[in-house]
Amino acid sequence: MEHVPAWLLASLIYLAAAVIVVPLSRALGLGAIIGYLAAGIAIGPWGLGLVSRVEDVLHFAEFGVVLMLFLVGLELEPRRLWSLRRPIFGWGSAQVAGCAVLLFAAGVALGAPWRIALVAALGLALSSTAIALQVMAERNMLATASGQAGFSILLFQDVAAIPILALLPLLANSVDSHAMTGTTRALEALKIVGVIAAIVLGGRLALRPLLRWIANSRTPEIFTAAALLLVVAIATLMQLVGLSMALGAFLAGVLLAESEYRRELETDIEPFKGLLLGLFFIAVGMSIDFGVLLAQPLRMITVVVGFMALKGLAIYGVSRLMQLPYQERPVFTLLLAQGGEFAFVVFQSAGPQVLPPAVSSFLIGAVALSMLLSPLLLVAIDKWLLPRYGMKGSPRMEEISEPQSANVVICGFGRYGQIVGRTLVPQGVSVTVLDHDPDTIESLRQFGFRVFYGDATRLDLLRIAGVANARAVVIAVDDVDQSLEIADLMREHFPEVPVVARARNVGHLFQLRERGVQHIEREVFESSLRSARSVLEALGWPAAEAREATMAFRRANVQLTDEMYPSYQDRNKMIATAKEGRRQFEEQMARERAMRHAQRQVTFGWDGERAPDGTKDDRHA
Amino acid sequence: MTAPASPRIQHAAQDAREGAPARAVYVIVAHPRWRDSRVNRRLLEAARGIEGVDVNDLYSTYPDFSIDVAAEQRRLARADLIVLVHPIYWYSMPPLQKLWFDEVLSWGWAYGQDGHALANKDLWLVASTGGPEDSYRPDGYNQHPFAAFLPAYEQTSHLCGMRFLPPQVLYGARRCDDAALDAHVGEFAGRLATYPHWPELISMAHAAECQAIPSTDRPHFSPAEAMDTNAGTGRAA
Repeated sequence: MEHVPAWLLASLIYLAAAVIVVPLSRALGLGAIIGYLAAGIAIGPWGLGLVSRVEDVLHFAEFGVVLMLFLVGLELEPRRLWSLRRPIFGWGSAQVAGCAVLLFAAGVALGAPWRIALVAALGLALSSTAIALQVMAERNMLATASGQAGFSILLFQDVAAIPILALLPLLANSVDSHAMTGTTRALEALKIVGVIAAIVLGGRLALRPLLRWIANSRTPEIFTAAALLLVVAIATLMQLVGLSMALGAFLAGVLLAESEYRRELETDIEPFKGLLLGLFFIAVGMSIDFGVLLAQPLRMITVVVGFMALKGLAIYGVSRLMQLPYQERPVFTLLLAQGGEFAFVVFQSAGPQVLPPAVSSFLIGAVALSMLLSPLLLVAIDKWLLPRYGMKGSPRMEEISEPQSANVVICGFGRYGQIVGRTLVPQGVSVTVLDHDPDTIESLRQFGFRVFYGDATRLDLLRIAGVANARAVVIAVDDVDQSLEIADLMREHFPEVPVVARARNVGHLFQLRERGVQHIEREVFESSLRSARSVLEALGWPAAEAREATMAFRRANVQLTDEMYPSYQDRNKMIATAKEGRRQFEEQMARERAMRHAQRQVTFGWDGERAPDGTKDDRHA
Repeated sequence: MTAPASPRIQHAAQDAREGAPARAVYVIVAHPRWRDSRVNRRLLEAARGIEGVDVNDLYSTYPDFSIDVAAEQRRLARADLIVLVHPIYWYSMPPLQKLWFDEVLSWGWAYGQDGHALANKDLWLVASTGGPEDSYRPDGYNQHPFAAFLPAYEQTSHLCGMRFLPPQVLYGARRCDDAALDAHVGEFAGRLATYPHWPELISMAHAAECQAIPSTDRPHFSPAEAMDTNAGTGRAA
């Protein structure tokens, strides 16, 4: 044993614990987070006592949260972030303020000094980004209303952390020896503004050429190193000026969300994030102080249950105000009810003047316990509460993992993709289907379709699905952003594979065309034409002529769409083109009607008021 | 998709009811623009008015030009007389009618190896032309008698072992007077109702199955080599 360096032994213990416990926990249907927490408890000072220096590990592992927010940022284009500004600041502040006020009132009511009550309330009001985001990813919630809401609130908490931390020194009892003068404070503020400006400007101007240069070196591991360096550098910068590392990473992610390297960055960082987050949860598990729990079990349980219940109350209120679907509210509430990793930071940096060490470690224990409780409670909700709403909690699906090699890959197997696939299969075409909605997949499997579970906007899953060797890829997802993401991926990585895409509307069609997609169908265009045909038939038109008339419109419309494409960013121009096109088509049809009418008069000698089949002659009155 | 209406055909009863033909008749009417039709619409109505005649308004059944071959072959198989009713377009049949021939009279079914499905049936053309009768003369603007434009119809019948009955033609269909039109429709209806008891059919020989195609003109098809899937006609209507 003496010959084994400490770091090697520690790695062995951590990795072994994770590898043994996490699969077990997943098999039991408890999810990965509980597995990591349990592994942490097992090897921590209160379990087998295999590792010490929990603090260091926790600090190191917090970087997992930073990486996670970087990845979240990558998923969010600035435009979308801007459109989320209301939920972020509105609902986010409602949640934080609501929780903090309730907790503070409860603390004071229970006789705690107001300073302690205030710090505790502020610390506990924040939720665990790590747990909440991980759970949302596991349950495919990010696309749902509650997922979006939860995400916005978590983002606000990361911003809110800054003023909360700034508040702590002001609460210190002592006549503030470190009292900042106006100038130093101005300097601090200036630093903060400067760093954020540097990140934004640097991200806009320098990062992309830099990444291009690194990518051109054609050494994949160096690109990975660069990706990590980027996050580490930004985190360091943020630390220097006393801002949240996670927030900085998030900002950098947003800035790179539109760059062409977004996918590589994601694929490269993902495994680090996963492992570091795992380590973080292990560290949380290790830091649960069972000593405090055993010394004052009742008090601890009361505090944990009490603060989670109060938070839950406030969050549930917010969810009602937000008018989230009622069956999503329990999960949403639980998602944010636990204390977060940020509470650790707050309680540790509050200092002994504000928070006595005993109280501080008690609170940290309470937060860690709540982090352990919330995934457990989620399992309970899935098992007992949701079935009463008549809905299943999302079943955990196995992601596509076996490489596929069909000729055609269909992304999205809803109403649209299904028709495409079901047309192809009987013709002997091999098809691989990807869908990311567990409920859809569940019902499709009952109907005997072979559908893989997976998010088609992920490059690695596209590769596994066999896109590289496919003869055609169908983008049939119903979400415009996702559809464009897949189109981007296809153009970036598989430019030679033909893409057949579903467009929600003309705007979406133009965006797809801009991405070089050749085969695009507007999703309701052909069926609407069919209905127009049926209407004409109901008016007594012969079927063949009803078809001809709608086909004439179809041709004109497709042509008009082509004419509108160059100016589709310019609304006024587009409207003008559309109006002109419509006018021309109407005139042309009127001319043709007049021609046929004249022809009948000449050849049949009819007066033309009524066509011979008894239907009204269709001239304008 | 508009599915073709399933044919509601009553098999010609043995006791030949009043007004119903003694044998099965399948009338195919092809007109691309019903709203411009004067003659064929009347013929369609007349055919539909006769009990036990299977009538197919081709352009309304298949406005999208996707023909249900299996269903058509079933209707043909049941019929003894197949009637083609259409205006003459550019000295030939309307395009959907031509497509119908191309797809329905398939090799191995209507002709070629084991293709005897149409043997001993009768094919009868009831056509209308824009040009008057005197345009179909060597000195008229169409330069040929109408019959000179029919070799394709005749040879198609011959190859499938069908008799090509003497056509019934209405010339100058756009301008003829109502009396001529009425007479034309009356004649058509009468013949449908009395088939096969037409005076000219008494002396007409049965068609001989055409054996004149060298087998080398077609790839030899053997089921053993075929894939183990139901090729061709395994579709449900």
